[in-house]
Amino acid sequence: MRLEATGTAARLDHRVIGRIATADSPPEVREDAVLLWRHEDMATDGDTEGYLALLTPLPTLPTWARSIPAVTGVEGLEHLQAGDVVLLTPAGFVRILYRRHSEHNFLLVAQDCNSYCLMCSQPPRPSDDIGRVHEHLRLIDLVDPGTRELGLTGGEPTLLRDHFLEIVQRCKSRLPGTALHVLTNGRLFFYNKFAERLGAIGHTNLMLGIPLYSDVDSEHDYVVQAKGAFDQTVVGLNHLARYGVPIEIRVVLHRQTYQRLPRLAEFVVRNFPFVRQVVLMGLEFTGLTLTHPDDLWIDPAEYQGQLREATAYLHAAGLRVRIYNHQLCVLDQSLWQFAAQSISDWKREYLSCCGSCAVRSACGGVFATSRGRHSEHIKPFSGTAAIGPALISR
Amino acid sequence: MTGPLILRQGQRIGRQRFSGREAFRSVSAYYLLPFRFERFCGNEVLVVNDVGEHLFLTASDFARFTGHELRSDEDVYLTLKGKHFLADSDSLVPVDLLAIKARTKRAHLEGFTKLHIFVVTLRCEHTCRYCQVSRVTQDRKRFDMSEAIAHRAVEFTFRAPAERIKIEFQGGEPLLHFERIVQVVREARAKAAATGRHVDFVVASNLALLSDEMLEFFQQERVSLSMSLDGPAFIHNMNRPRPGGDSHEVAIASLTRARAALGADAVSALMTTTRLSLDHPRQIVDEYVLQGFHSIFLRSLTPLGFARRTAPRIGYDIDRFLRFYEEGLDRVLEVNRGGYQLVEVYAQLLLTRMLTPYSTGYVDLQSPSGAGIGVAVYNYDGDVYASDEGRMLAEMGDKRFRLGSLQADSYDEVFGGTRVRELVESSCNESLPGCSDCAFQPWCGADPVFNYATQGDIVGHRPDSDFHRKNAFIIRHLLELYRSDEGVRRIFWRWIRGNTIGDPNAESTT
Repeated sequence: MRLEATGTAARLDHRVIGRIATADSPPEVREDAVLLWRHEDMATDGDTEGYLALLTPLPTLPTWARSIPAVTGVEGLEHLQAGDVVLLTPAGFVRILYRRHSEHNFLLVAQDCNSYCLMCSQPPRPSDDIGRVHEHLRLIDLVDPGTRELGLTGGEPTLLRDHFLEIVQRCKSRLPGTALHVLTNGRLFFYNKFAERLGAIGHTNLMLGIPLYSDVDSEHDYVVQAKGAFDQTVVGLNHLARYGVPIEIRVVLHRQTYQRLPRLAEFVVRNFPFVRQVVLMGLEFTGLTLTHPDDLWIDPAEYQGQLREATAYLHAAGLRVRIYNHQLCVLDQSLWQFAAQSISDWKREYLSCCGSCAVRSACGGVFATSRGRHSEHIKPFSGTAAIGPALISR
Repeated sequence: MTGPLILRQGQRIGRQRFSGREAFRSVSAYYLLPFRFERFCGNEVLVVNDVGEHLFLTASDFARFTGHELRSDEDVYLTLKGKHFLADSDSLVPVDLLAIKARTKRAHLEGFTKLHIFVVTLRCEHTCRYCQVSRVTQDRKRFDMSEAIAHRAVEFTFRAPAERIKIEFQGGEPLLHFERIVQVVREARAKAAATGRHVDFVVASNLALLSDEMLEFFQQERVSLSMSLDGPAFIHNMNRPRPGGDSHEVAIASLTRARAALGADAVSALMTTTRLSLDHPRQIVDEYVLQGFHSIFLRSLTPLGFARRTAPRIGYDIDRFLRFYEEGLDRVLEVNRGGYQLVEVYAQLLLTRMLTPYSTGYVDLQSPSGAGIGVAVYNYDGDVYASDEGRMLAEMGDKRFRLGSLQADSYDEVFGGTRVRELVESSCNESLPGCSDCAFQPWCGADPVFNYATQGDIVGHRPDSDFHRKNAFIIRHLLELYRSDEGVRRIFWRWIRGNTIGDPNAESTT
């Protein structure tokens, strides 16, 4: 599924963020709306009064629409629906920022990062992130308050400092019913005051997903390529706990992290028993991983022993465990109950051999973004008899 | 998979961009963080740090570790570092983490005295062979707690800063003085409401005298019951004589009524091991299952009071008890493997200390001892004792653990006086001879009252101590069981977590 496209811009002299309207909208909502004009299903009475802009797959504009800003000739966005939010730029670039009917919406609020993880799927780059904050705030205003969950990601969102808090605050006031999930390395919460201020916002449905790659500082620092990062994150976790901010520990499993996974599990239970859940994640074969694949790639089948030991221990100790990004056929069946369909809908796919699989509907599939690098052990299940109990207990 | 030429280019870029592991390792030598150790058979050394985290090392790794010879890229080095046995930089973060864990392990000290025992009467209609204190008498005036004393005891109870307070009624047989229970519950409820505290009530009783009127009151006030159950009828009735010799039958009948009125979880049972019990651990465990209990406490006889006097008849040496414990625990595990959840309470307590960062508030096994600072006993006559065993000793004529009097002394005199201070100072096993360098120290505790009763001295002499023998044996046994197989580990963790109804990792997934 494409989230970006390019067309030809007309009369667009600044970046526009608006909510998609597909039918004639009442005048009072038009000031936030981008009119999506699909030739076949739109009335053509020429009433474009008050819309922010017009977006169309057609190569040229009809005469009645030649007075408002527009992007024409945009292809591949057939899945756009009313209530989705798009960004249009003067260069004719279109990005879908929010999809109303998706469970996987996230705001990429920062490009920059203070770590440089070996396997980063979203390689950081210096950027005027603070200059874009107003766009994120505007997007939050346009999101449907009925949205179940919204993510904040980066880069490193907390590098926005005060603006990060402002974004969380805005989510709380505009989207009180929406769970907010923030992906952060937690390093900035080394500063107690920052954690205290986040806690003081009092967002009641907030969770920070914070990666921890080892029980030992030097190992973690190596993975994130930043000396001192482990100490900052560890202190940050304690500060966040002190102010009641819910935390999820995230571990990406690859050749540099899988061996000490059981030790990491013990470390979490003894030092951070307050975390809400621990998420053990398969590697997305993209981003920086591509620059040194042999350092990172390991067939998940090879680390099932460590995964099973760590999961059983965490679960026994009363921590909630989730396994992300693993196909059911690659997981030990005792782990099925922990497996989640975690890959976002727009980048999830199934291999051709999965077509006949009996548990395909319960499986999270593979990353479409992983360039074909998947476990060698992916295979369809034929019957349901052997796998019934494991699925039922899920 | 990828074309070789492109791949090589990528790798070259990668190598330029990423620093290797060595760049993140400390260049300074490591230093040791506080730990204790114990040699195990099979050429192993158990190391336990100050906050109770443990690790088994080979003897040679242990020698290299303590000899500062480990290399920073060895697995064992990283594991020792991750568990805070060694540190290798000037970062204070490992010390901060240890501080949080040390504070957590001592969280039971927060709030001061939480368990308040009210001896509302010394009268009883049973004549149990091991009982330290009860009297069979009609003399209410002499052995019942007066209204004024009870009132004063409630005042003392709520002087403790604890947010959650537990009041336990004991005797004698407390149901013989039901009106005093009613008074204390009502006054305590009012006090708790006025001071924003939470209070729980439990009555320790043989349940023989449990009337419908009492049940109705207990139900209204959410009072739970702790009954005596020593095993099947032939053991229970032998241990606990009463007119008619039907203690077991009467207790079980009352148990059924109590569960119906108060709910299944509102009644727990306590067993005492006598010489007769020693040959029947399986039957005793099975009796608990038969009666629908989900926890059992395989408890040795308190070597105090009447029990000490009658020791030649019902007593036994500690090694015999430990054989009994081991067999009983085996049976408990078997029962769990069969799908019935049954917790052995002492193991649960020790395992929680060994395997979690949390503290446990069991007053007879903590450091400093819970005597006075975790538990207080208000005796029927207005005297305040540092522990239940302390007042039992007093009934035998030795008031060594009497902290003061409700009528004559102030709260500060009783709980801030020299007796309490002396007890605390003499029961920190971090500094007790024979404890301070024991590997099990962070998991264990001290019992000055026991020491005094058995050895005549509150500090005690560890090599001859039954308390030491018992705990060292059970801890070692639990460690071995935990290492032995995954099934046992799962059962132990379920005990630690407590109530696990609906646990998806139940036994069937073995």
